[in-house]
Amino acid sequence: MIEGINIYEVLSLSSILFFIGIYGFFTRENLIMVLMSIELILNAAAINFVIINTYLYPDFLQGAIFSIFIIALAAAETALAIAIIINLYKLVSSVEVKDTEIMKY
Amino acid sequence: MIVFAIATVSSRKVLRAVMYLLFVLIGISGIYFLIDYSFLGAIQIVVYGGGVVVLFIFSVLLIHHVELELEVTPLKKKISAGILSAVGLGITLWAILTYPFKTANSYQSIEVEEIGRKLLSYEDGGYILPFEVISILLLAVMIGAIVIAKGKKLGLKEGEIENRE
Repeated sequence: MIEGINIYEVLSLSSILFFIGIYGFFTRENLIMVLMSIELILNAAAINFVIINTYLYPDFLQGAIFSIFIIALAAAETALAIAIIINLYKLVSSVEVKDTEIMKY
Repeated sequence: MIVFAIATVSSRKVLRAVMYLLFVLIGISGIYFLIDYSFLGAIQIVVYGGGVVVLFIFSVLLIHHVELELEVTPLKKKISAGILSAVGLGITLWAILTYPFKTANSYQSIEVEEIGRKLLSYEDGGYILPFEVISILLLAVMIGAIVIAKGKKLGLKEGEIENRE
């Protein structure tokens, strides 16, 4: 654990990050920016896993292992979503949310 | 870090928003280093700083012009989303701050060796199954991205991520 910092402060930080991500998810019009907000949300979740593991149950490793899985999933999801976005841009020449009305060409 | 996170979701220039996101991610890896879990901190820097942010920058440059500014979100939408997330944040913070956490007194740093053994053990409490599932998932995402984008650039990036696992 970090010297002089208790669990409440770190959890508050991660929940603030999470809700900033939610705010961006709702307000952004661009698909890439929506994806970046999702990155913020997933990172807040990973922080929570690691922090709760180290502060409350230092004898176990579950949180540490699951945070690795979260990072792998986030990277995979980002790469696939960017592939889809680029393909969509080829089709409709726009990445705004309101312009993407077709799912299949 | 919070300032950079707010800048990420409110900046109107796309590339600047990506750089703010990079700063946030590096700050998060700083948290991991502070709690002595340097393996995850290094993973965070390598995967996000080296992989995801570069991918974002590539796609932004492929799609937009560098100086392109985003459309302004309507104020009504901003206010309603802000109220919604503020209410959610208030409820979450209230729940966190009123819950009596029993912080453990003993403390040990997380060792990479133990994690490696745990990930590959097939006894009770081992994580061999999720490990294999995530390998298959990364392979499927790699093939899927190549098929969807029909280009080789994205596929190569995926290969880097796969190798790191």
